[in-house]
Amino acid sequence: MNAIALEFKKNAVRTVKDLQRRQLVKTALGNFEIARNDKVARFQDWQKARYVAAKLKWEALENLHANIQRLEENLKKNGAIVHWAATAEEARRIVSAIAKEKNARLIVKSKAMTAEEIHLNEALEKEGYEVVETDLGEFIVQLRREPPYHIVFPAMHLTRYEISDLFAQKLGSQPTDKAEELTMIARRVLREKYIKADIGITGANFAVADCGVISITENEGNARLTAALPKVMITLIGIEKVIPKLEDLALFLPMLATAGAAQLISGYNTFYSGPRKNGETDGPQEYHVILLDNGRTELLADPIERDALRCIRCGACLNVCPIYRTIGGHSYGTTYCGPIGAVITPIMRGIEDWQQLSYASSLCGACAEICPVKIILHHHLLKNRKIAATKKPVWWQKIGFKIFSKISTCPTLWSIITKCGRLLQKLHPLVKGSRLDPAYAWTKERDLPPIAPQTFKEWWRSKK
Amino acid sequence: MKVTLFIPCYIDLFYPQVGISIVKIFERLGIEVEALESPACCGQPAYNTGYHDETKEAAIKLMEQLKDAEAVVIPSGSCGAMVKVFYPELFEGTEYEILSKEVSSKCYEFTAFLVNRLGVTDLKATFPHKITFHDGCHGLRELNNKLPPRVLLSKVKGLELIEMKEAETCCGFGGTFSAKFPIISTAMGETKCASALETGAEFIVSCDSSCIMHLQGLITRQNKNIKTIHIAEILAQQ
Ligand code: SF4
Repeated sequence: MNAIALEFKKNAVRTVKDLQRRQLVKTALGNFEIARNDKVARFQDWQKARYVAAKLKWEALENLHANIQRLEENLKKNGAIVHWAATAEEARRIVSAIAKEKNARLIVKSKAMTAEEIHLNEALEKEGYEVVETDLGEFIVQLRREPPYHIVFPAMHLTRYEISDLFAQKLGSQPTDKAEELTMIARRVLREKYIKADIGITGANFAVADCGVISITENEGNARLTAALPKVMITLIGIEKVIPKLEDLALFLPMLATAGAAQLISGYNTFYSGPRKNGETDGPQEYHVILLDNGRTELLADPIERDALRCIRCGACLNVCPIYRTIGGHSYGTTYCGPIGAVITPIMRGIEDWQQLSYASSLCGACAEICPVKIILHHHLLKNRKIAATKKPVWWQKIGFKIFSKISTCPTLWSIITKCGRLLQKLHPLVKGSRLDPAYAWTKERDLPPIAPQTFKEWWRSKK
Repeated sequence: MKVTLFIPCYIDLFYPQVGISIVKIFERLGIEVEALESPACCGQPAYNTGYHDETKEAAIKLMEQLKDAEAVVIPSGSCGAMVKVFYPELFEGTEYEILSKEVSSKCYEFTAFLVNRLGVTDLKATFPHKITFHDGCHGLRELNNKLPPRVLLSKVKGLELIEMKEAETCCGFGGTFSAKFPIISTAMGETKCASALETGAEFIVSCDSSCIMHLQGLITRQNKNIKTIHIAEILAQQ
């Protein structure tokens, strides 16, 4: 097993044993589920909406090349500066060059999983810039120097007491157990940062090709301040976020809000179409849009895995995933956790290093059932497993399955094995649950039923 | 009508009473049954681990045995889904494509066969106990099998079904997953058991012996106050 896989197992086991944290996450997601189901029920036809959303996104991807060119043209027409970044490194370089040119010192950021993906904060901090997350959850995990726990709710694993302690320690605030007061503490700190910031960096939820508009969804208003106050605004967006027409958002915005946040519509949905124009009183003087590839065209080129690019990063698949609920967001060790992370990470970052994420699933399909754009996530996990087993088969598994296949297709062998099993199981109590037990992986935590004195096949034969 | 019964490997070895109950039920209904001698396994463990070539040997053998069958019954949502949903995917574009589709179309999970194909809902069974039902994931989401078991259970005399909060949440078995990631698997099983225990039921009932094997394994090890039983065993009780 490689180091990344070992780390994954270790972290997963640690979280599994942290019963309190698991309970916290489970309760939060359980309550969320009730609220979400209520909102889903208010759609005239949620299943139809999913179907249409999936189709729109699929068509957008099929024509990605044309769509993205149109997006670039129209963004430019609107006065934005467009950059293309093939890799994470290129994207980091582009941001850092802008920061250098502007002599920036302080950079504020609203929530951007793309920035997490390219490890932008670390890179900018290394170059001496102060980088401040302005989304409350992101702000909290940044103070803890840890990655987001969830792609939509970054600090969902923390209690308000832990947050209060963190604020007291890092910001010198008075301890409080009131969520509103905690929000006000963060707000006071952040307001000052917005005013002083030289650059604001945002992610994006959709990019509309037809009119060159970037659509950002949020609930706190922090993205609007990040965009409006600093002189320079940068949006870092994955190329798969392009959709052709503005009216498509009439479906996508409520779907995103419902699936991702159990809301009918998010607090703020803002369209950014370029820098401040003559006569306007606010908005950035310069607007940069970075179109990030970083492995996405590889996914696009794969006819099977392609539909994972439909993802609108709503986080719904994480919320329902019993594995995510059990091992938590940090165990995955990658930016995108949960089912979608387990699908795309092995393809984008290398199947050999990351295949364990595709194997760490019971394939229950709860994710596919909720996904608003109908990505059959658990079938993709199976496909990833096939790629892994084909590329680099594990020899003992391959041989094991071959032998099992031979035994299971030969009645005589099956009956011999049944009899041997019955004999051997008499000795089983001697080693049961210990490292010497061949069924250790099972018996360490569970009992194994005994082989029946008469198996079904034996019964059937005697009956006949 | 004649039914061809495929009994998956773990039912054969560990839970023969499930297969026996089914044979009895069919006989009572006047339906001729034939049980397959071989293969013993549908190939799902290899398939789910990504070893498709190793899956095919068992799958081809099974399909050939089922070629002339009138209807195929599998008492497991999981192995049922393997044959019904994943065989056609596995053999797409090969010489077995048509055969896999034919077999898929006549293959049924046991309760779905009774309710959807035969239109039988009342088996005149008696089981005077409080139970809760665990939806096996493959039966639920691949085969869309939410209602048939509940319809059948609703007709059982003396039986009281109390739905648990997490009826549709995975129990954590997941085939080879349960051995590859035992800690995650059992933690999920504990969540499931806790949800079942909350109902005060005496039994967790399921259409899947594989889920039952996992849950009962935990229940025995941890001395939990609940039992497990396959739905066929209840339906056969008179
Ligand atoms: S895969 Fe589907 S459910 Fe998961 S984050 Fe993406 S859009 Fe949402």
